Amino acid sequence: MAALSPAAAPAAGPARTVRDGMIIAWRNLLNLRRTPGSVIAALIQPLMFVLLLAYVFGGSLGGDGYRSFLMGGIFAQAVTFNASFTAIGLASDMDKGMVDRFRALPMPRGSVILGRTLSDLAMSAVTLTVTSLCGLLVGWRVEGTALDAVRGYLLVLVFAFAMSWVGATVGLVARSVEVAQSAGLVWLFPITFVSSAFVSVTSMPGPLRVVAEWNPVSATATAARSLFGNDAPAAVAPPQSWPVEHATGYALLCALGVIAVFMPIAVGRYRRIARG
Amino acid sequence: MSPAQPRTRPAAHLGPARAPLPEPAPRPPRAGPHPLVPPVAAASGGGEAISAEGLTRRFGDKVALAGVDLRVPAGSVLGLLGPNGAGKTTTVRILTTLLRPDGGRARVAGYDVVGEPSAVRARIGLSGQYAAVDERLTARENLYLVARLYGMGRRTARAHTAGLLERFALGEAADRPSGGFSGGMRRRLDLAGALAARPEVVFLDEPTTGLDPRGRNDTWEAVQELVAQGTTVLLTTQYLEEADALADTISVIDHGRVIARGTAPELKAAVGGERITLTVTDPAARGRACEALAALGPHRPALDPRTGSVTVATEHGTDALRTALESLAAERVDVRDVALAPPTLDDVFLTLTGGASGASPGAGSTPGAAAPAAPAPGAGPSAAGPSAARPSGSGPSEGGRRRVFSRRRGTERARKGGAHAWRP
Repeated sequence: MAALSPAAAPAAGPARTVRDGMIIAWRNLLNLRRTPGSVIAALIQPLMFVLLLAYVFGGSLGGDGYRSFLMGGIFAQAVTFNASFTAIGLASDMDKGMVDRFRALPMPRGSVILGRTLSDLAMSAVTLTVTSLCGLLVGWRVEGTALDAVRGYLLVLVFAFAMSWVGATVGLVARSVEVAQSAGLVWLFPITFVSSAFVSVTSMPGPLRVVAEWNPVSATATAARSLFGNDAPAAVAPPQSWPVEHATGYALLCALGVIAVFMPIAVGRYRRIARG
Repeated sequence: MSPAQPRTRPAAHLGPARAPLPEPAPRPPRAGPHPLVPPVAAASGGGEAISAEGLTRRFGDKVALAGVDLRVPAGSVLGLLGPNGAGKTTTVRILTTLLRPDGGRARVAGYDVVGEPSAVRARIGLSGQYAAVDERLTARENLYLVARLYGMGRRTARAHTAGLLERFALGEAADRPSGGFSGGMRRRLDLAGALAARPEVVFLDEPTTGLDPRGRNDTWEAVQELVAQGTTVLLTTQYLEEADALADTISVIDHGRVIARGTAPELKAAVGGERITLTVTDPAARGRACEALAALGPHRPALDPRTGSVTVATEHGTDALRTALESLAAERVDVRDVALAPPTLDDVFLTLTGGASGASPGAGSTPGAAAPAAPAPGAGPSAAGPSAARPSGSGPSEGGRRRVFSRRRGTERARKGGAHAWRP
């Protein structure tokens, strides 16, 4: 019997990687749809942060003004936390032998990870929608133009995609779900809290303040706030600095930089696992 | 690692063995291949779906493969037979590009597994231990996913999926999540996925391990159908009857080395023609029975101390059986039941891997194990019939040595208890 020739799609190259990545993403999303519990659990976390920060800390940090300020930080934090799904998802595929199944198929090496980061990007879009609705409930509003708001969401999604590649690297290094679960979480707290996402960096000690100022999470939060037209109340207003003045550009640069660094690391790691 | 290792093995062929095999005297320290292994001719590529030469692979200190040679002609089925940890799965993983060999070369469907892995992957299907189905996807979605990833367009993939569901009797369950499937259904789905792109070469890694008899039958039928269509199949198994039923040729692998290869009948012939198994009524007469049977030919009888049955290999079929019964009658040993049967692959396997070596005299793996309650040496031979084959080297003086009892073979036989049958 004649083998079916490697068929419709080109055998390799970026086009095939994207095509196969989309197919894997479709499969991942089907998985998510069949496990609504995990999706709901994933959505509860940012909602909890909104409510905790808005009402536990918000009162002493500026009340209504703070709640409006808060949401930019919540968006940046929520999509950063979604990187742990990428880590767990990839580790679980390896655990269950799905990666072996994929590796024996004539598909480009990068597409399994690309598929995972794409489906997690979709998940981040859902997260943003739900947290935005919650934000509206606590008093947050888009105060700028609609176009800027769209830009704000797009910027946060680009950042989400970038962080997903960090998560992919963690998952591929961890190789087991248990390790990915803990390793995928520990780095998320410092990276999201040593930032200006929720407070001003002014009160932080010297070195921490520098880190927080240049933290991509800070940049993304600040850029989102400015694109949504949310002014910072005096108590939490960031001191002027280069990353604050060029928040949007710097945030975008950070996202692209993270992708440029972690994409090859993740794919290389996958390849090394693939080689056995 | 040089791919072409010097081969020192003799070109012993697996003809119908009429003489005891040259057995590697007391179990060699795995220096060279078993003499049963004929040399693999230089891989020509022509007409060969799989060819591997000197594959080696180690994991840390552990040598998984110590130089595996395989040749599978296009359209045939190779059974890779071996116990757990023999190197079967490692071999499959190398041939399916999932693992790089440390040394050696392998070509699958005409492409080098290391140099052209993508070309290999486009032409193979893999199913078994290390393949998987996505439990949250339905059977249809699983197959569609695999078909798409083989490069098919949406419509082609859908059509293929429908065909596969039908062919593997998954139609009714097509739209249920596969996580709820029985083991057999899941394995069928996995197998269907391996065949989604009509691969030239299919690798089945222990396709029936863990399946109930019905699931096993289903899988066997699927494999047989596959073969009927001309697909080349390499299947690994620990089940000798599976290799016997499905494979054209069998390579026995142990400790990362192919220790024998041939067709099932060849392998069986290589360890001696047939087996006479009999049970004597009076336990006290077992020793005498062994004596009488030992006198018949070059092969040592083996007593299973648990069941009390005595087994001896012979090349003379019913003649030998008749002689055996006559000589037992002459010794006044009453026999309760008796069977003459060709050796099973269990016999082959145990012989080759050193479990027992009852097929040849003087090469006992358990020297010194003397028969309990054995009569004085030399008592038996006088009763031997004239037709008993007895090479000059195994005269009465060796009678004591022949009484070697193989526990392992014995229990193996006992386990298969029901196999007693007369053969015309």
